[in-house]
Amino acid sequence: MLEVDGLEKTYPTGDHALRGVSFRIEGRDAVFVIGPSGAGKSTLLRCVNRLVEPDRGVVRLDGTDITALDARGLRMARRRMGMIFQEFNLVERLTVMENVLSGRLGYVGLWPAWRRRFPPDDIEAAYRTLARVGLEGFENKRADELSGGQRQRVGIARALVQRPQILLVDEPTSSLDPRTSETVMALITGLAAEDGIPALVNIHDVPLARAFAKRIIGLAAGRIVFDGPPPALDQAALTKIYGASEARA
Amino acid sequence: MGPLAWALGLAFLAWNVVSLDVDPARVARGFARLATVLAKAFPPDFHRTGLIVSGVIESVEIATLSTILGVVLGIPAAVLAARNVVPLPVYGGGRAVVTLGRALHELILAIVLVKAVGFGPLAGVLTLTVGAVASFAKLLAEQIETIDRGPIEAIRATGASRGAVLIYGVLPQVLPRIIGLSIYQWDVHLRHSTIIGIVGAGGIGATLYNAFARYDYDFALAILIVIVAIVLLGEAVSAIARARVQ
Repeated sequence: MLEVDGLEKTYPTGDHALRGVSFRIEGRDAVFVIGPSGAGKSTLLRCVNRLVEPDRGVVRLDGTDITALDARGLRMARRRMGMIFQEFNLVERLTVMENVLSGRLGYVGLWPAWRRRFPPDDIEAAYRTLARVGLEGFENKRADELSGGQRQRVGIARALVQRPQILLVDEPTSSLDPRTSETVMALITGLAAEDGIPALVNIHDVPLARAFAKRIIGLAAGRIVFDGPPPALDQAALTKIYGASEARA
Repeated sequence: MGPLAWALGLAFLAWNVVSLDVDPARVARGFARLATVLAKAFPPDFHRTGLIVSGVIESVEIATLSTILGVVLGIPAAVLAARNVVPLPVYGGGRAVVTLGRALHELILAIVLVKAVGFGPLAGVLTLTVGAVASFAKLLAEQIETIDRGPIEAIRATGASRGAVLIYGVLPQVLPRIIGLSIYQWDVHLRHSTIIGIVGAGGIGATLYNAFARYDYDFALAILIVIVAIVLLGEAVSAIARARVQ
């Protein structure tokens, strides 16, 4: 269970990204966060695994207070959270296999990591996960040889091979064409459901959110202005999230 | 620029000429003496091949060894001097080391180190290593500061330690640059190793200095020709090798 309570973040630039955000995710549902750019979606996601340090508020994952952890404890906690990125964030010059195995870096020592000596279990898991994302046989290709959709599949495999307790997904389809977007989104939500883990997904594409979400959170100017199932997301709710002129169906 | 600035500039220039004792008569005499030296230097004397070859080999050895040491020590120094991968205080320290290492010209460093460890190639290796660490670290640190932050964020998000982030997130992004810079450094060191010999730090430069000291101008010219050839060859090798890796 993920609990976010009273999260606030102001950047040194004065940008007040989060103004007291609270919600909890119980069970294994996919929760989609929508909102205009600058609403704080990306900051919210990064405050969960503290890639961005929140100023105030508490994040709890299965009872662990993430916000109170020291550096070492935070690393341990991050191993339990898989993250998927808008720009895929693969290491371009490494192979697909190395990129996927980097999801296990929290578990192997520096010397074995340097020598690419991962435990057999990890390697087997990496092969299995590649098959699950539909990239069987791609393990020795370099990441920069792949198409956008294939890269994001590698990104998904890297997150899943962590055997995480939650997926944090940041605009996973923004760099993809519409058809690939749908496939990738179906893959993420499908695999998360198979593994029985919840996903917290940032997205700007409202129809895509409607199609795949069990629950939608609307963020505007750093505050939650909507929280409910997709059918409840009516015109009034959209206006609250995006403002009158930018409301989309 | 106003007339006052012009006047001040001219006055400064005139003062320089006077205070540096720039004497036209001396310049003229110098040209005459240069002609004598050149006359004695031709034809170049390549007879003492043994001395030239051993000098060249020593220079190449100095260049190679100092490059290897410079790279091995320079990579960690570069990490410490890269703003985006280490905390601010560490960065300050790393930056200071890099700046100090580059503050002294190789020649001055060579003079000091020859005093410290005595004449010979060891002083040369130490001199070039110090310079190499600093300049290699500076160039590599600048490269590290421009790398894509995305993959680093992703590796951090897996719970990887700082070291693992460096190995998986940073190193692959700068590896071609490391190889290119190493070859470039070797090329630069080959050139420098010919100079620092003149102050006693070994190599072909030492042979050249001795030839001049004994007024063996024809032998000195032979050495100069060999140095130019070696430097050009080194540059060619370096250019070809870098084109291959980048």
